[in-house]
Amino acid sequence: MKLKLTTLALGAVMAAGPVMADLVFPSLSYRTGPYAAGGIPFADGYADYFTLLNERDGGIGGVMTKLIECETGYNTEKGVECYESTKGEGALVYQPLSTGITYQLIPKVTADNIPLHTMGYGRTSAANGEVFSNVFNYPANYWNGASGVVNYLLESNGGDLKGKKIALVYHNSAYGKEPIRTLEELSAKHGFELMALPVDHPGQEQKSQWLQIRRERPDFVTMWGWGVMNQVAIQEAANIRFPMENFIGVWWSGAEHDVMSAGDAADGYKALTFHNVGRDFPVFHHIQKYVVDTGKAAGAGDQIGTVLYNRGMYAAMLAAEAAKTAQGIHGTADINAAMMRDGMEALEINEAKMADLGMPNFGPSFNVSCENHGGPGLVGVTQWDASSKTWSLISDFKPTDGDVIGALVAEDSGAYAAENKITPNCN
Amino acid sequence: MFYREAGDFKTSYEQDSQTFPIKFDRFRYYAVLAIAFLVVPFVINDYWANAILLPFLIYAIAAIGLNILVGYAGQVSLGTGGFMAVGAYACYKFMTMMPEVSMFVHVLLAGGMTAIVCVVFGLPSLRIKGFYLAVATLAAQFFLVWLFNRVPWFYNYSASGQISAPERDVFGIMITGPNAPAWATYMFSLIFLTLCALVARNLTRGTIGRSWMAIRDMDIAAEIIGVNPLKAKLTAFAVSGFFIGISGALFFSVYLGAVEVGEAFGITKSFLVLFMVIIGGLGSIFGSFAGAAFLVLLPVVLKVVGVDVLGWPTDIVAHFQLVIVGALIIVFLIVEPHGLAQLWRVAKEKLRLWPFPH
Repeated sequence: MKLKLTTLALGAVMAAGPVMADLVFPSLSYRTGPYAAGGIPFADGYADYFTLLNERDGGIGGVMTKLIECETGYNTEKGVECYESTKGEGALVYQPLSTGITYQLIPKVTADNIPLHTMGYGRTSAANGEVFSNVFNYPANYWNGASGVVNYLLESNGGDLKGKKIALVYHNSAYGKEPIRTLEELSAKHGFELMALPVDHPGQEQKSQWLQIRRERPDFVTMWGWGVMNQVAIQEAANIRFPMENFIGVWWSGAEHDVMSAGDAADGYKALTFHNVGRDFPVFHHIQKYVVDTGKAAGAGDQIGTVLYNRGMYAAMLAAEAAKTAQGIHGTADINAAMMRDGMEALEINEAKMADLGMPNFGPSFNVSCENHGGPGLVGVTQWDASSKTWSLISDFKPTDGDVIGALVAEDSGAYAAENKITPNCN
Repeated sequence: MFYREAGDFKTSYEQDSQTFPIKFDRFRYYAVLAIAFLVVPFVINDYWANAILLPFLIYAIAAIGLNILVGYAGQVSLGTGGFMAVGAYACYKFMTMMPEVSMFVHVLLAGGMTAIVCVVFGLPSLRIKGFYLAVATLAAQFFLVWLFNRVPWFYNYSASGQISAPERDVFGIMITGPNAPAWATYMFSLIFLTLCALVARNLTRGTIGRSWMAIRDMDIAAEIIGVNPLKAKLTAFAVSGFFIGISGALFFSVYLGAVEVGEAFGITKSFLVLFMVIIGGLGSIFGSFAGAAFLVLLPVVLKVVGVDVLGWPTDIVAHFQLVIVGALIIVFLIVEPHGLAQLWRVAKEKLRLWPFPH
């Protein structure tokens, strides 16, 4: 009972919290556990961009930003705890970087009217904003990714995949299962054979899956992996001498740390992306000058320009731009979560804007609307060069199969709407 | 001084064998109940419900369930996560198949379903004991998780393999779903916990409980004096499964709202509940509460102290959590192998004599 009282008092102190003065951006990060390798650079990029805005521009529209970091360890229970403990502090938008936590949060954020941005992950059918009013997954989602893989393979095989066999190595969770539906549809449409191989959390044990690949000899392997699973898969692929050019990971399976451990054997491995790679962008000079050199970097400052750091920064940039849009719409600098939602729904990203921010040609131009929370779904392909240790874009951002994906989104979001008695509307 | 028995006369057998024979203890128990039922629901907010109280209440039910099996009947089980998954998936299937029925019924049915599954997996316990039984239940854990991942019928063929709780109510009050008020979810879990604790307490001091303990202490001797091991072991599995199923159902429907079997009910969950039982105290209802409180609250307290008060980086605090929780488990096992419940018992004995030590 004593213990209970002490925590009661502690919680009371915490619940009182600070008054809302800053623009609060919670960062549900994970710097520990089997997924930390991906979580750390993303969280660093996310934090550093907001620090840059504070240091260089004095916040967004004159209001300072405040980042509250909360460690989830990619665990849904801790994710819920993080959400509950930060939402009272005026959180504007949540980006949990975990499909599992996203599924927890979708109903909660809708009830609390806080937007949720799941960039390239989460529930794909949230692209239908008529049903998922508070969930956004622009600029691309898993089904774009699945279609992007198939399109790329079509292109490199003269437009014909008939009789080919594609293996999907996936994380056996909501995340990894997402692309299966789309790939099944696409396999019927293009006449290739699909072979799905689940890998259980955390993914260190993949011998049997790769043995099966060796036996069945698929023409191509695609992967929906995350965390330690990626490194292991690439190493296993190298061990069975699977040609790396025919191995394509989704964007969560294509960072430096995923391929480094396999060394030269990983040369030629491909991964999807929805934003540009490398550090030849003016914004990184600013980050170096205002954030790293002043000692305010979230991490050690050594992640700048890596794939996931760029993605974290891109996520922060989109959030900041949405906040600016919201400030414009509502004519107040001190926005709340509901205003932020409007800002996200009216977000416009174009080349001029990105060039202004020091990120020319960093990502696609797109407009978000109530009907489409998913953005344009443009997917590019990058390839790893083990000798120079760099990723390079080998296929520019191209549209994906809108017919197949649109129908699946309508079906899945319709089922969700029926299950939860939501009337789809846009007003 | 505090626990004075002087003047506390018992005039009937009922009074003599009640759960809290000392008056002070009894009133403290009533006070806790009164606060839990009459005060907390009015002051509770979302953070308190979802981050602290719900996990505590639900894990306490699971710990009571496991304590019956491990602490009272002496049958080591590593399948708790899998059995909680049975409760969760059963609850989900009932919720979607019979949306009109009250949530109470769903949770009870889920408990019953888990009891049946638990008995099936308890059958090997008639032949094997100790570590071998632990391995058999471990197999149950992996099998059940695999099953719920593999057979789409269990998750209603959803694309992601997740199950999410639709909105359900009790007497018109929303219990599940995002719009359920904090007090309602709290009360719902609290009622189940109170009922479970009362049932467990009364079972363990009756005939069934005594036969469990006889089997635990020495199964051959128990058999000789006429305890039926088949009945004793299987009832232990059934009752334990019932409680664990209830906790799994609440864990999914009321607390998280959406789960993915491998992540929510993996082997780590089995170990977590087993740690609760061991740290709290084997063979003690209070120990189940204490263990659940300890392992649910400690990470939250460490996080609050580390991140919010001291302002340390979140990753350092998360690593410290592992170190501190691990160290405390070791310290507890060395210093007080009988768990928090024994500490509490010793403290009570001391208080009874205080301030005169002899």
